[in-house]
Amino acid sequence: MNLIKEFSKGIWKENAVFKLLLGMCPVLAVTTSAENGLGMGLATTFVLVCSNSVVALMRKLIPSKVRIPAFIIIIATFVTVVQLCMEAWVYDLYKALGIFIPLIVVNCLILGRAEAFASKRPVVDSVFDGVGMGLGFTLSLFLLGSVRELFGSGAVLGFSIFGAGYQPILLMILPPGAFISLGLLLAAMNKFEAGKS
Amino acid sequence: MKDMSRLLITLTLIAAGAGLILSLVESVTREPIKEQRRLQMLKALSAVLPAFDNSPDSDIVNLENGVDKKGQPLQVRFYRARKDNQLVGTAFKVVAPDGYSGNIEVMVGVKPDQQINAIEILAHAETPGLGSKIEEPRFKDLFKDKSLDNTDWRVKKDGGQFDQITGATISPRAIVVAVKKGLEFYREHSTEITQGGPQ
Repeated sequence: MNLIKEFSKGIWKENAVFKLLLGMCPVLAVTTSAENGLGMGLATTFVLVCSNSVVALMRKLIPSKVRIPAFIIIIATFVTVVQLCMEAWVYDLYKALGIFIPLIVVNCLILGRAEAFASKRPVVDSVFDGVGMGLGFTLSLFLLGSVRELFGSGAVLGFSIFGAGYQPILLMILPPGAFISLGLLLAAMNKFEAGKS
Repeated sequence: MKDMSRLLITLTLIAAGAGLILSLVESVTREPIKEQRRLQMLKALSAVLPAFDNSPDSDIVNLENGVDKKGQPLQVRFYRARKDNQLVGTAFKVVAPDGYSGNIEVMVGVKPDQQINAIEILAHAETPGLGSKIEEPRFKDLFKDKSLDNTDWRVKKDGGQFDQITGATISPRAIVVAVKKGLEFYREHSTEITQGGPQ
């Protein structure tokens, strides 16, 4: 029961993007299309789950004075693993995400979970927390990417929605579009939450 | 002191473990990554060259073209495509440094009569929807069969023959200039490029 709670809180109640507003740099930068958002989200999830489990496993061995550098080494290792694997097997996505793959290292969501959760809890809890948080992050990026791709190029995941006659709103794919869409989505969610309570 | 050494040992061990994992992953992915890069290169080459039956990425000539900012010689690599042992085209990469944002890398394929067969945009960071239209066939096809002799190498806005893209003149202008420079270099060195032995 507890594990399910650790998992599900990341999806909605403590969603990294829409509730905690963590890791905004990749959120705003790579969500020009639904596919990029999905790829970035899954890469982050992988790193988060791996780093959470290793940090939880070693939480009693790492002295608290050097915990931050230790976490960073662990996170950077997994990010490099992801980067090498993506370049080897999903080259197109690797090219589309570009500089933002190595920048997963500085995503404060990952260090935040290591510090706030994995360094105090057992391995299994931490894995569930990582999966939940990661999938919540992925869903948010996918949602934001879909909205921007829909209005910016009239398609989602490359499938045309509005038809060929649609005049794309270029702004949505450019950086301001990221801020505008995120702001509107946040407003809609807050409204929804307010109506519920 | 004891505390200090514990910190040092823990961090060293973690870093060593990380190094071990990374070297393992690197050795596993080394070959696939090399293969991906080669495929990417071959894809660009077949896009700009006429049909060939050799492997142009191993039939190459390297020439020096000026020096960079640090005084190091700049290498230009020419990929030669052959069919039935007959040279059918040569491809080389040019870089347009004066795009709207960052360098634009262009692969140019030249037929033996020094006319362009096709060009392909390898990398760019132009504005999506405006400058990025340089990737569309409508723009790339403008270069087909153009040579130094039969064309005025400027965009129309400057009095030349190349249609610029509405709302984006800078990117096409940069590419036209870069391709023209590439063609001039090719013409100057055409015997070395077409006759020289593979390196």
